[in-house]
Amino acid sequence: MSTPAPLTLPVLGTHVTPQALNAYLEATPPVDEVAVHERVASLATRSIKRESKLHALELAVRMTDLTTLEGKDTPGKVRQLASKARRPDPTDPSIPPVAALCIYPAMVPVAAEALRGSGVAVAAVATYFPSGQAPLEVKLADTRAALAAGADEIDMVIDRGAFLAGDYMKVYEEIVAVREACGSAHLKVILETGELVTFDNVRKASMLAMAAGADFIKTSTGKVGPAATRPVTLVMLEAIRDFAELTGIGVGMKPAGGIRTAKDAIRYLVLVYETLGTAWMTPDRFRFGASSLLNDLLMQIRWVRTGAYQSPDYFTKD
Amino acid sequence: MSSRVDVRKTYKLFIGGAFPRSESGRSYPVVDSSGTVVARAAAASRKDLRDAMRAARDAQAGWASRTGYNRGQILYRVAEMVEDRADTFVDQLRVGGRSRAQARREVERSVDRLVWYAGWGDKFVQVVGNMNPVQGDFFNISTPEPTGVVGIVAPEEPALLGLVSRVAPVIISGNAAVVLASERLPLPAITFGEALATADVPAGVVNILTGPKDRLIPYLASHRDCNAIDAWGHGWEGLAEIEAAAAESVTRVVRPPGRVDWNNDRVAQSPYMIADFTEIKTVWHPKGL
Repeated sequence: MSTPAPLTLPVLGTHVTPQALNAYLEATPPVDEVAVHERVASLATRSIKRESKLHALELAVRMTDLTTLEGKDTPGKVRQLASKARRPDPTDPSIPPVAALCIYPAMVPVAAEALRGSGVAVAAVATYFPSGQAPLEVKLADTRAALAAGADEIDMVIDRGAFLAGDYMKVYEEIVAVREACGSAHLKVILETGELVTFDNVRKASMLAMAAGADFIKTSTGKVGPAATRPVTLVMLEAIRDFAELTGIGVGMKPAGGIRTAKDAIRYLVLVYETLGTAWMTPDRFRFGASSLLNDLLMQIRWVRTGAYQSPDYFTKD
Repeated sequence: MSSRVDVRKTYKLFIGGAFPRSESGRSYPVVDSSGTVVARAAAASRKDLRDAMRAARDAQAGWASRTGYNRGQILYRVAEMVEDRADTFVDQLRVGGRSRAQARREVERSVDRLVWYAGWGDKFVQVVGNMNPVQGDFFNISTPEPTGVVGIVAPEEPALLGLVSRVAPVIISGNAAVVLASERLPLPAITFGEALATADVPAGVVNILTGPKDRLIPYLASHRDCNAIDAWGHGWEGLAEIEAAAAESVTRVVRPPGRVDWNNDRVAQSPYMIADFTEIKTVWHPKGL
């Protein structure tokens, strides 16, 4: 894979000036908040029946970025989670592995070792996660260290302070710089929508991140409330759709934080399907950032298969 | 004659301290002994059962962490609330064909039974628990702890006394309950839910479902998060299926005795009925200096 060249995006021209960037962002239409909520509410009522449900649940497992981002993370905990990522249900080999294990850079060596040969990617949060309030050199060093230790994917945070202050160029240049540091590694850009306040900002930040070369845009760090919500996800999915129409580039989406139930996950999948279609119904284009969601998915799969309601007592605690 | 329009009550379920309609939107007619429809009750679906089990699980640990004395106080208050609603219960029990005097007696006996179990709140541990004689320098102490979430199949009749007689011993020790109420006479069960809701019983400790028992029981029996099933109100017919489904997750099934005389205090109430829904925990502690 070659490094995408954000500077040659047709939407921005070859040399990006603050004026060109502003003009590009100004061109994004404002979001109709009421319509977003109505659309989300109406799609949430859709009934997904047995076969489709089983398919959706298994797809959701394959789309999961199993996450632990705590100060108390230990190598033991990361190894335990890695084995769960490889084989989510030890009693059922038919359950596929998850997409990635999402961890702090310090835990990357442990995760890379534990996941070798499994096909499960190592995703590291970098760029001074979760605040992003550090000099660019620190963020780049953080990114390079994670990659050197074996990370396949980088989840970076944008500088929300700069964004809210209107310094879009700074945000853009940082993403471009991290994009270059990533090389062929997959880059997810975290907007931290809980701090962006309005849907208009979310949409603008999405367009900005995609123009700067994000492979994925991601809602949240999970450290700020509200984290991922379906309305905010819909706004981002619509931005992805518009960006794909504009440039032909298909950017992925990752809602993260606060998605705990299988029912909620399926509602997200309905949003994706209705907004972007089947091309996005793959772990290459859509992920869930979650920790407790996986157990609920496993419980629901077993419920659909056996017809008996399940208990958390029979699934691993992590 | 008054021109006022009747305000008729919508009978709903009791789940997690709230009174929701069935998720299915269904209801069924409650018919009195002359065949007249007197009300419609919510017909709980398996999803309502699932929600009730979840509410019970969420509530159980907090309820168990209360002192036995406090649970006794709360159960006593339930008795007060039932007493307060005595006339309502009498009217609802008469739907089943009882005379006013019979219905009145059933309500009184139900109140007395609640008070009786309330008194056991801080006492049954002394009776069921024990200091065991062991060889060696140890204190060996056994004490009963609540089993967890208990599914109760309440008897069809007596609709109130049968329900109260089975719910009280289950919750007094710190269990949470999901109750399948009398299908034919569901109204007293829902009014009992209202008594519970106003008696400081924490939300979710008792959840009451009305509706087609036969359709709900298989899901209750196979629910892996259910720790025990009280089949007193179910009877022996079909019990084997319940036990087979419950065995999958080693769920205890408390079998009914033969015929139950619910009015007979010697048969229908006992501290050992509290013990039926407890687990014995034994600890060894070294003795001496």
